Amino acid sequence: MDTVVDMAKAIKIQAKDVNVFYGEKQALNNVSIDIEDRSVTAFIGPSGCGKSTFLRCFNRMNDVIPSCRVEGSIMMGDVDVNNPQTDPVLLRARIGMVFQKPNPFPKTIFENVAYGPRIHGLAQSKAELDDMVEDSLKKAGLWGEVADRLADQATGLSGGQQQRLCIARAIAVGPDVLLMDEPCSALDPIATSVIEELISELQQRFTILIVTHSMQQAARVSQKTAYFHLGTLVEYGDTKDVFTLPKNEQTEAYISGKIG
Amino acid sequence: MNNPIEMIQPDAKTQARFEKIAQGLKKRHAASRRLKTYGIMAIVTAISFLAILLTTIISNGYTAIQQTELQIALTIPAEKLQNDDGAIDPVKARNFNWNGLIKKAFRAEFPDVTAMLDKRALGEILSKNAGYDLRRQIEAKGVIPTGGTKLWIKTSDDVDMLMKGRLDRNLDESQRRLSDQQIGWIDKLVADDRIRLVFNDTFFTAADSREPESAGVLGATVGSAMALFVTVLLALPLAVMAAVYLEYFAPPGRVTDFIEVNINNLAAVPSIVFGLLGLAVFLGFFGMPRSAPLVGGMVLALMTLPTIIIATRASIRAVPTSIRDAALGLGASRMQAAIDHILPLAAPGILTGTIIGIAQALGETAPLIMIGMVAFIVDVPTTLTDPATALPVQIYIWSDSAERAFYERSSLAIMVLLTFLITMNISAVLLRRKFEKKW
Repeated sequence: MDTVVDMAKAIKIQAKDVNVFYGEKQALNNVSIDIEDRSVTAFIGPSGCGKSTFLRCFNRMNDVIPSCRVEGSIMMGDVDVNNPQTDPVLLRARIGMVFQKPNPFPKTIFENVAYGPRIHGLAQSKAELDDMVEDSLKKAGLWGEVADRLADQATGLSGGQQQRLCIARAIAVGPDVLLMDEPCSALDPIATSVIEELISELQQRFTILIVTHSMQQAARVSQKTAYFHLGTLVEYGDTKDVFTLPKNEQTEAYISGKIG
Repeated sequence: MNNPIEMIQPDAKTQARFEKIAQGLKKRHAASRRLKTYGIMAIVTAISFLAILLTTIISNGYTAIQQTELQIALTIPAEKLQNDDGAIDPVKARNFNWNGLIKKAFRAEFPDVTAMLDKRALGEILSKNAGYDLRRQIEAKGVIPTGGTKLWIKTSDDVDMLMKGRLDRNLDESQRRLSDQQIGWIDKLVADDRIRLVFNDTFFTAADSREPESAGVLGATVGSAMALFVTVLLALPLAVMAAVYLEYFAPPGRVTDFIEVNINNLAAVPSIVFGLLGLAVFLGFFGMPRSAPLVGGMVLALMTLPTIIIATRASIRAVPTSIRDAALGLGASRMQAAIDHILPLAAPGILTGTIIGIAQALGETAPLIMIGMVAFIVDVPTTLTDPATALPVQIYIWSDSAERAFYERSSLAIMVLLTFLITMNISAVLLRRKFEKKW
C-alpha cells in the first residue's frame, strides 16, 4: 500500500475554481482539486455538502437540471469539460457513471451492456458486440453469474447484481474515468463488499471518483479523500492522512462522528 | 386470564388521559362510519342512474333488432328482366316497376277493396321501399323465382310498430297512424300466419334512409371509423412529438409556460368551437369538401390533441429519471434517451391516453355538425372525401325524426355506439395491464 501512495502519480483531471449555482443558491464554492490517474478518490462530507453536485460536474450531468449553472474549469487532458463547445455526448463516452440506486434499463441483461457500444457504433459485428458484452461483464465480476441468462430481464437480478450490471454497462463504452455516486447506499453489506472489491480491481484500469456516506468505505477503497462541507472543499489528501491525522477541525469532527 | 405476574398499572394522570381519548373514540368511529355510508350512497346513486339510463336505452331499442315482414305470392315476369342469354339485365331490372308488381299482387288478395282511398290504405301496409328491396334481393341471387313463389316483403314502419306493441290500439282512430280498417287487415294476415318478425339485418348493412325499415348504421359506422382513422393518424404523432419536445427540449421560460398553459386550456375548449374552427379554416379557407370524414377527422384530431399531449407528458414523467440519467450517463443524446428508453416505457400510458381521446372523439357530435357531417346520406362512404355521417350524428338525426320506428332505431344505434366505446375503454385497460413494466 505504501508503495502505491508514495509513487507520484500523473494527474488525470484538474478542476480549478469550480462554482455551482442552483438558481440563486450557490452549491459549490471555488473548489479546486487534482485527481490522480488510476486511483480511487473519495468525496466525503455531510448531506448537502455538494459532493454529488461536484461529481456530476465531471460528466456535465448537471446540464440536465435546468436551473443549474457551473463556472470554473475542469480539464481532463486537453479536454475542457465545462466548455459549452465540448460535446457532452463525447465526454460521457470517456467518463462513465454509476448512480446511487441501481438503474438498469428494463430490458435484457445483454441489451443493457450492449446499449452503450451500440449507440456509439463501437462494434462492427454481432460477434464483436458479444465479445464486448462478455468482456465488460467479466471486468464487472458478473459474468459467472449471468453467462447463461443474458436474455433474462435485468430487473430480475438482485440489487448488488444490478449495480454491477450498471458498472459493466458503463465500462462497455470504454471510458477511462468512472464516476460513482454512492454506489452502495442501496445495497446490503455483502453486496457492498463485493462492489468494494470490484472497485479495488477496477482501479488498475480506471480513474475512479466515488461519493460515499460511509467513511469506512472511503478508508477501505480510496487512496485520496476529499472532505466537503457546505459547498467548500475543506481538506484533500492521502486517505490515510485524512483519516488518521486530519489537519482541519471540521474534518476531524466529521470523521470522529461529531457532525454528519 | 390467569396471570401470575403482577402488571404495572399506569399512573393516575396517564389513566385519565387514556379515558379522555376513549370517551371521544365512539364519536370518531361514528364519524368515519358516517363518511363511509355517504360514499356508498353516492356510488349507489351513480350506479342506479347509469342502470336507469341503460335500461331505458335497451328497453327502447331492443325491438329494433327485429323487422316485420309480410308474405306475398308473386309472379315475376322473367321475360321483362332477362337478356337473350337468360341473365338478369341490370337496366331492365332498374326500369321495371317492382312496387307496382308487389302492390298489384297484394291488392289481388283483397278483391272487395275497390275504393281509391281504401286501396291506398292497403298499400300503406307495405314498405315504400319494398320494390327496391325485392330487386336487390333478386339481383343478388341472380335467379328469378318461378311464378307464384311466396316471398317475404318488408312491411311499413307503422305495421312494424303495431306488431312490436308500440302502437296503442286503444287510442282513438284519429290519433293513430293506422286506421281500424288497416288493423283489421293486419290481424287477418297475422291469423293466416303471413306476418313474421325476423332479424333486422338491414340495420347493420345499410346507410340512412327516409324509411325506418330501410335505414341502417353501417354508413355512419364507416364514416366514424374513417374520421377516427384520420384523427389517430394526425393526432398521435403530433401529440407525442409535442409532448417529447415540451418534456425534453423546450428551454424553460415564458414561452414554454405559455404553451403549457394553452395546451391545458385547449383541452377545456367546447368541442363546437373546434367545429367552427374547422368550418372557417378547413372548409372556408382551404376549400375542403363538406361532410367529408377527412375534415371530420381533422377537426376531431384538433380536439383530441391536447388530451393525448397531456396523457403523454404524464406518462413520460412517470418514467423514473434514473432511467434517463442512465442513458445520458452512457453518452446517449437526448433524442436517443427519449426514443430508446423513455417512450417505450411511456407507451402503455400514451396508448391508454390515445384510446380514451379517440373514444371521446367517437362520441363527439357538435363539431361534426358544424362541418356538415349531419347531412342525410344514403350511401356507405368508400373514400375519405365521400360525404358521410358519424354514429353520434346519426343518433341525433334519428332521434329528431317523427317516425316512432326511428326512435327505437336511435336507441339501438346508441347501443352500437356504447358497445364501441366500452370495447375501446376495456381494451385501453387491458393493453395497459399487458404492457406496463415494473421495475
